[in-house]
Amino acid sequence: MSKYLLRRTLISIPVLAGISAVLFTILALAPGDPFEELATNPNVPAEVRMNLRAKFGLDDPLPLRYARWVVAMARGDWGFSFVSRVDVDTLILQRLPATLAVLGAASLVAILIAIPIGTYSALRPYSIFDQAATTLAFIGFSLPTFFTGLLFILLFSIHLDWLPFIYRADISATGWQWYWEHVRQAIMPVAVLGLFQAASMTRFMRAAVLDVVRLDYVNTARAKGLSEGTTLVKHVVRNALIPVVTLVALQIPNIFGGAIVTEQIFRVPGIGSLLIASILANDTPVVMAVTFIFSCLVVVSNLAADLLYGWLDPRISYR
Amino acid sequence: MGERDLRMLLDEVRRGRLSRRRFVQMIVGLGLTAPMAAQMLASAGLAQAQTKWTLNPTKRGGGGIVKTLWWQAPTLLNPHFANGTKDQDASRVFYEPLGAYDPDGNIVPVLAAEVPSLQNGQVAKDGLSVTWRLKKNVVWHDGKPFTADDVVFNWEYVQDPATSAVTVGQYRDISRIDKLDSHTVKLVFKSPMPFWSAAFCGPTGMIIPKHLFQAYKGDKSREAPTNLKPVGTGPYRFVDFKPGDIVRGELNASYHVANRPFFDQIEMKGGGDAPSAARAVLQTGEFDYAWNMQVEDEILRRWEQGGKGRADIVSGGNIEHIQLNTTDPWTEVDGERSSTKTKHPVLSDPAVRQALNVLVDRGSVQEEIYGRTGVATANFINAPSRFVSKNTKWEFNVDKANQILDAAGWKRGGDGIRAKDGKKLKFLYQTSINAPRQKTQQIVKQACAKAGIDLELKSITANVFFSSDPANPDTFPHFSTDLQMFTTTMTQPDPQRFMDQFVSWEVASKDNKWAGRNPTRWRNEEYDRAWKAAETEMDPVKRAALFVKMNDLVIQNVVVIPVVFRPRVAAISNRMRDVVQSGWDGDFWALAYWSKQA
Repeated sequence: MSKYLLRRTLISIPVLAGISAVLFTILALAPGDPFEELATNPNVPAEVRMNLRAKFGLDDPLPLRYARWVVAMARGDWGFSFVSRVDVDTLILQRLPATLAVLGAASLVAILIAIPIGTYSALRPYSIFDQAATTLAFIGFSLPTFFTGLLFILLFSIHLDWLPFIYRADISATGWQWYWEHVRQAIMPVAVLGLFQAASMTRFMRAAVLDVVRLDYVNTARAKGLSEGTTLVKHVVRNALIPVVTLVALQIPNIFGGAIVTEQIFRVPGIGSLLIASILANDTPVVMAVTFIFSCLVVVSNLAADLLYGWLDPRISYR
Repeated sequence: MGERDLRMLLDEVRRGRLSRRRFVQMIVGLGLTAPMAAQMLASAGLAQAQTKWTLNPTKRGGGGIVKTLWWQAPTLLNPHFANGTKDQDASRVFYEPLGAYDPDGNIVPVLAAEVPSLQNGQVAKDGLSVTWRLKKNVVWHDGKPFTADDVVFNWEYVQDPATSAVTVGQYRDISRIDKLDSHTVKLVFKSPMPFWSAAFCGPTGMIIPKHLFQAYKGDKSREAPTNLKPVGTGPYRFVDFKPGDIVRGELNASYHVANRPFFDQIEMKGGGDAPSAARAVLQTGEFDYAWNMQVEDEILRRWEQGGKGRADIVSGGNIEHIQLNTTDPWTEVDGERSSTKTKHPVLSDPAVRQALNVLVDRGSVQEEIYGRTGVATANFINAPSRFVSKNTKWEFNVDKANQILDAAGWKRGGDGIRAKDGKKLKFLYQTSINAPRQKTQQIVKQACAKAGIDLELKSITANVFFSSDPANPDTFPHFSTDLQMFTTTMTQPDPQRFMDQFVSWEVASKDNKWAGRNPTRWRNEEYDRAWKAAETEMDPVKRAALFVKMNDLVIQNVVVIPVVFRPRVAAISNRMRDVVQSGWDGDFWALAYWSKQA
């Protein structure tokens, strides 16, 4: 097991190095520069811009810049943002809580919706409930998050005026008021992401339960006289969860991807909105750091999926 | 109208036959800016009529929170490093300049005790120095007094090339600053400075404290902790800043203006997009103020009907214009297209330029596309729409274009496109990707087709078009096409810097890595002379006449075709009071005076 883990970790190092090299090259090839706004301002002399470019090493050849980045990264120095001149790790740490809170809540919502609905659908396949759930699930994952986000804003903020559509991480209220404000502003982004995830998860869950519920050991459990509830929870759902968990783990990077757009729409100060703003401003160090974190996430969640699989299904062994 | 006429007008004002307001209107009608008119009156000894708003009386505090929304988020809080207006505005919550510019371009004292002028003797007659007297009861947020040393320090800080301050352009004409006493400074200039308020006034004039920044001058400037935690003199004290997200401030209990500010807290949230920011103010009322509403006028009007807020429109110096290349973009000389060693094969014919000038249907562009947010104009230096220039005129006239081209010998070919000596009237017309710009391109293209001119349209993503990348031929300074269109901004209430985009030594070229300010590559000795004369001309009347001349030269030679000038638009909640925008200063120039109905 530990040998397997070590091997997988070692393999991921060249993978990550390759990813970072590709990212860096693409970013360098992309047009634009971080001092664009200074270029169009008549009051800023061109020398200032040239000076800043030289100072931040933007005029150096690409391999040199990449080498410098790798060396600094290896020493744990993420560099600083060209735009805000703040250290990149500080920036990311500032943004992380909002992203984790929204994504965590969204995943929780997704699980709470998907597991019961998926299971119930599978137990009564082709019933009206199943048909309705299937239709809704298809609608759910056909609609992109940016579209549902805008729909929600139009409906709940503008027409009904129930919920705020601008997320504020700093709420000055205290006590219950503080929690209430946070919940209120998080409802829409969480719902958008949660429902999107729930839609596909419901389908996975339904398929998995359908497979399991027909098996002999379920019949045996029933024949032993176990209650329906116990059969369902201990024998059906637990076994059906195995493939679902793998899929969920593999989907984590996708969820982060969806969060980028959602964060932008609701102005959630998370990593996704940081990434978009940095891309627009050609802020290479920040874009590199965030995309690199995302690629690490892909690698790590793949590994996690494999490990979880073994834990849930003892028949699988690692070699 | 020349210098003599202007003098006569000033005389009329002196005798009381002409109101100051009327005078300003007339000057603006000449294509000069309101600020210049104000400056002319002031230096002719006609005390400037200080704009007075009837400010609602307030007491300090008790106003709760004021929530503002910038769809570009501020990223840093040191005014000398500001990447754009968003950073300047965020800094302005905490820092203040010596003087701010009101909507008419007059200087309003902020940290200064009074505004220097020729009359009070604080502006030297030869223009070589200006003396600022500072307000005495001002303290920094940490309790230290604000003194002349701080002012001197800001100049030293900016001057140091290693600091790489973006504000250096405003300070480098100063040869030294003398500290006369603890609250008086004298700025000595290298040459006569008609626009002496460039340094220490407006968005680039904010003053940072010496005691917190002196250890971080030059190379170490990035490391200053106060870059992110400003300690200023402004109406609000720093509470919290998350780069790219939010800036928060709280009431400064020792603010130097009595009974101000009104609000206990201020919040400046950043990010998102302009339309949803407009909604947050105009439709849901979640926010009180939103910056730079780049939203179609039609939509703004619809949302305004809800009665929660309004779009506030104020003139500034933004002009959307079409540039005509004077060099040949299709011939490469020494690895450079649009080299000054070439001449544009077709656009060098003045008749073609004249024809294009009457083929731009500015009226339709305004009506169909911009509405209140873009007003048709004939001038390059602009001011409010209601004062249309008398010297220059725009018209849209396809027949006239046809006549001009016929007379110049451009004959229609079989394909309907005019040609002469084997050269066809076909142009490539580029701009950035932006819906209103693509619509404008279409309007111009259709009109040109009627006159036998074929326009090929090209649109480039904004972050390429406006970048300063020397290797990319698609940027606006490279100008590798025949025509291009974009907005250029006059950020100061003085056109000197703004008008340098037509001087011969600013031509963008390979030699200066296309950092030159003159993309049209137009060179004209008369213009150069006028510009140089204006740079040191201390007589405001003569100087004004010079700018009129420069504007007219550019327009008559059709170096550019102005399309619409674009006022600044902010969304303001109807409950807010005394929120006055100024086109010559940041949105927060008078933040201390904002208040709100209960």
